[in-house]
Amino acid sequence: MKSRHVLAGSIAVLALLASACTGTGGSTEGADAEAPGDPATVEGTITVLTHRTDLVQDGTMKKYAAEFNRTYPEVKVEFDGLTDYEGEVKIRMNTEDYGDVLMIPSVVQKKDYPRFFASLGSAAELSGKYRFTGYSTVDGKVYGQSPIGVVPGMVYNKRVWKQAGVTDWPTTPAEFLAGLKAVKARTDAVPYYTNFKDMWPLTQWTNVNGSVGCDPRATTELAEGDPWAEGADLRVGDTLLYDIVRSGLAEKDPTTTNWEASKPGLAKGEIATMWLGSWAVVQMRQAAEQAGTDPDDIGFMPFPARRDGTFCAVTSPDYQQAVNVHSAHKDAARAWIDWFTDRSGYAAANLALDPRKDAPLPALLRPYEEAGVKLLDLDDTKGAEVKALDNASEVGIYKPDYRQDLVDLARGAADGELADFFDGLSGKWDAARKAAGS
Amino acid sequence: MAGLTRTAPPAATAARGQVTRRPRRRWSPTPWLFLLAPLTLLIVFTYAPIANMVAYSFTDWDGVSPGLHFTGAGNYAEIFTRADLFRVFFVSGYYLAASAVQITAALYFATVLSFDVRFRAFFKGVLFFPYLINGVAIGFVFLYFFQDGGTLDSVLRLLGHHGDHAWLGTSTSANVSLAGVSVWRYTGLNFVLFLGAIQSVPGELYEAAELDGANRWQQFRHIIAPSIRPVIGLTVILAVSGSLSVFEIPYIMTGGATGTETFVIQTVKLAFQFNKTGLASAAAVVLLLIVLAVTWVQRRLIPDDPDRKAEPV
Repeated sequence: MKSRHVLAGSIAVLALLASACTGTGGSTEGADAEAPGDPATVEGTITVLTHRTDLVQDGTMKKYAAEFNRTYPEVKVEFDGLTDYEGEVKIRMNTEDYGDVLMIPSVVQKKDYPRFFASLGSAAELSGKYRFTGYSTVDGKVYGQSPIGVVPGMVYNKRVWKQAGVTDWPTTPAEFLAGLKAVKARTDAVPYYTNFKDMWPLTQWTNVNGSVGCDPRATTELAEGDPWAEGADLRVGDTLLYDIVRSGLAEKDPTTTNWEASKPGLAKGEIATMWLGSWAVVQMRQAAEQAGTDPDDIGFMPFPARRDGTFCAVTSPDYQQAVNVHSAHKDAARAWIDWFTDRSGYAAANLALDPRKDAPLPALLRPYEEAGVKLLDLDDTKGAEVKALDNASEVGIYKPDYRQDLVDLARGAADGELADFFDGLSGKWDAARKAAGS
Repeated sequence: MAGLTRTAPPAATAARGQVTRRPRRRWSPTPWLFLLAPLTLLIVFTYAPIANMVAYSFTDWDGVSPGLHFTGAGNYAEIFTRADLFRVFFVSGYYLAASAVQITAALYFATVLSFDVRFRAFFKGVLFFPYLINGVAIGFVFLYFFQDGGTLDSVLRLLGHHGDHAWLGTSTSANVSLAGVSVWRYTGLNFVLFLGAIQSVPGELYEAAELDGANRWQQFRHIIAPSIRPVIGLTVILAVSGSLSVFEIPYIMTGGATGTETFVIQTVKLAFQFNKTGLASAAAVVLLLIVLAVTWVQRRLIPDDPDRKAEPV
């Protein structure tokens, strides 16, 4: 009996100790990672955490490091490719050991950036040269730099659409639906593939925000307005998705879709269209090469909506590279980020938008240039607020759940009216904003 | 109870009983040294995280931010005032119904295979095998099984049924399919538990029953069922708590879409999608309490030991 009490007591003590260990304070907060002056003097070993496990495995990252060493011979770059990047880095960030260079996980709140990352310089200085600095600016200082920019859009099979008799980009959601119907009527292809089961492709639909109304303040609108008000960007996008599924233009059984299989599917023309982003085109073209079809069949078009006769396409950053505030080699880490952004050719290799403002558009977006599509850089001052609202309301505009519900509703697996569904989302959003404001 | 006050036992009584092993001293470090490793593991990987979880449940921690605030019982108040958080328990109903099927099937097979049947060992292996497979693998296998034109459709076609049913397509169908997978997976475990219990019943009882002319059903009803009552009770408790906390199979196969979200999936989503680690911890604590309460009620209603009812009050 007595020893059992001792045991229970020691468990309690241990538990208290364990709970006391959570919540560490960062004394290094506010450190800067300044760009080194003379490349020859920079030395040390830096670890780069990356989500691109494919590039680590096939040796591409090593090649970048070798190229980097030509300029910075004394810096040794090591890579740590993480399959579940978000999940693993989130846990590692509870310690001080989370690499020297890392991609900022989306879970970290903007206001906490100075606690975790070293500043790369002032926004005034960097925003002149680079896109997307606003996405990681806290109190006038920039904490992250995205090596590539992406543009959301419809990835489609040109051959199939041509066969269906549609050669011009649809300019309204109705025209787009008509196009899909023509695909269904005249070809064997599945007009639209939702990738419902893999979930994250559905989150891409949030990127319609800004493209519909052509408003650089679209993110601020989310924070201050009702995203599902009549005519609001998200409502237009979600309505299109609903109509696609409702009209039977999507795959037959969304619950057993397969992302990896969808790539050759699009390349071979079994699937006609998917709403993704410019980043997906490279993968589709690779799939086409593997399947022995023409990679040039893979086309890319903007969201079917125009304002004053022009399409708009929102640009957004990929993961942003940052320097660990606890890093012992901040100058080397900074050198890597600058080199990777400016001189690695990573953006070109991915057919992606170069984050440097003066760089030419990638070949992929040349049709956009010809068609006069306006590229829109969104103002992200309220980005953190939108994320906070999104989590507090549990709507999840950056999560797949509500769009899965939307697709279920559209195909009749759930009961209800679309208008009520949007009202429900608006209500949750509004309640969260009121709770945050009080 | 006397042990509480008796720190040094009177030598005369205590020493006489243990004189050969440990004269005079009752406490020795040896067993504790042996216990050190398992206890350390248990504390580090079970009790400390649980204590941490309970601690988080009183905060607004988001899972990564260095700052966290004490919110008192705020999270618990939120859980109990939001009906939508409890709606997911309806999904558990499917698994509860499936558990009944599962226990019945396991009991049937255990009884049949406890008698002399040809290929007994083979059937035992077949029934128990699914339990040995990793839950994640089962999820993936059954995803192909239920796919449009997948295994299930092909088999049905061979049997002449040309249905075009999306098995995971609607809420009811998806939940029934998932619960079916769960039955397939866990019947083996229940079966082994039952079989072990049945085999501990002395063989003379059957012989005597047979001499008295009892048939197989009567033997089951009057010999087997009463003998394995405690094991059945245990299985029912496991089934109920399992039904309330289903996770792996629906999470992998549907991710909680199409009305298949269970309480645990919802908790995981709260913690890792919406970064409400505090609220999710509170939800986990609530689930633990619900399971404990259900178990307690059940043991009150159906005690393991039927003799206890006969005890004088």
